[in-house]
Amino acid sequence: MLWDIFWILAGVACIIAVVLGATSYLTWYERKVLGLIQVRKGPNIVGPFGLLQPVADGIKVLCKETIFPARAHVPLFIFAPVLTFFLALASWAVVPFDKGLVLADINVGVLYILALSSLSVYALIIAGWASNAKYPFLGALRAAAQMISYEVSIGLIFVCVLLFAGSLNLSRIVEAQKDGWFVFSLLFPMMILFFVAALAETNRSPFDLPEGESELVGGFNTEYSSMIFAMFFLGEYANMILVSAMISILFLGGWLAPFEGLSFIPGFVWFAAKIALCLFVFLWVRGTLPRYRYDQLMRIGWKFFLPVSLFWVVISATWVLWRGYGVG
Amino acid sequence: MAWDRALYRIKYILGLDMIAGLWITLRYVFKKPVTLNYPYEKGPLSPRFRGEHALRRYPDGTERCIACKLCEAVCPALAITIAAGQADNGARVALRYDIDMTKCINCGLCQEVCPVEAIVEGPNFEYATWSHEELIYDKARLLANGERWESLLAADLAAERKNA
Repeated sequence: MLWDIFWILAGVACIIAVVLGATSYLTWYERKVLGLIQVRKGPNIVGPFGLLQPVADGIKVLCKETIFPARAHVPLFIFAPVLTFFLALASWAVVPFDKGLVLADINVGVLYILALSSLSVYALIIAGWASNAKYPFLGALRAAAQMISYEVSIGLIFVCVLLFAGSLNLSRIVEAQKDGWFVFSLLFPMMILFFVAALAETNRSPFDLPEGESELVGGFNTEYSSMIFAMFFLGEYANMILVSAMISILFLGGWLAPFEGLSFIPGFVWFAAKIALCLFVFLWVRGTLPRYRYDQLMRIGWKFFLPVSLFWVVISATWVLWRGYGVG
Repeated sequence: MAWDRALYRIKYILGLDMIAGLWITLRYVFKKPVTLNYPYEKGPLSPRFRGEHALRRYPDGTERCIACKLCEAVCPALAITIAAGQADNGARVALRYDIDMTKCINCGLCQEVCPVEAIVEGPNFEYATWSHEELIYDKARLLANGERWESLLAADLAAERKNA
């Protein structure tokens, strides 16, 4: 009993360490990719290739003064970033890093992920409300509307994948792709849709309206500073990695190697490589596309994504009824 | 006409324009960065570059400035203050020569108007300080600048003369 608890805590510590490390290096990765796209070099002073930049940024942000706005509701003001951060980390409990390498191998992993990502809307709303200022509040309202709208489509896209996999367990979903990843099947358009919806869900460019600098200063995190700002930031980036992990699990075969011959490389390496690829596309899109208008964002969400994903549920169901679970 | 509209519609739904943009940025990733690693690498400067001011001396060590106050008069920002006086050998010299670098707009008119090439704007542009007071230069500071940059200043002035 005591050993069980110890092993669970050790697993939690490992996941937190890996995710936090990946998150802080994602900031480096983002600056590097954006720099290359803009024919710059990106961070290259602190350490070789600027690899110590996240450490320097972390130290800097810890040394900064935490400012509480005079009219803010301080307990909730602090609670919001903590909640974002917590939810971003908690979702990783059900993510299978390799065959059997998962903290909580529960049967409703997909539902768990959906539930936590819905909860993170609360964190943003609380942040916007507790700041007690106009820009954060507007940003929070935008974030809430946007995330709820796109969660509907994401739910339906999940349903398509679940129909193909025949399970809500994330490890089973990966194993269902043994004979062919879902990206090479009828589900390919759903992967594109899921990716775009994920951009909106994580408030990333070109759907980063909740923090639209040109109109809202910084959106829901305008009033935040120092470490509590960094927690928002880390939460957002951890969510990006999580969504990339979900794309790899649902469509790109998770820890599975692309060819049988390459399966001597451990699964978590493949998993990390697929996540890195997805993240590159995230950053690539950010380096390319301008921000959408808010009505366009809502129009795409409700008038395009929702009907298409709904229609695809029907198509997938028909296909599965005809050919059975899995690809082929 | 209707065909064009349909084609546009298809392009829109498939996001072909977005893909074209993504293709361009992807190609740029593999281009050589144009970055100059500034504190370690610096770009070339023109001999006419107008940076930090300096007061020059003749090769024998006497100050060039004769306190004619043309620079003080021409300065559009009123940054220069000069007090004229007499040296022991009877020559007219500047007792005070102050430039408020926080007023100076680096227009270079003082250098243009100087009849003896005493006040010049040198190639140094890295003279940021922590306080306002440090940027109010007196004659000693300007002469020190002259000594520090004399070789470059003389070369730049020589290049100008050759072009003229």
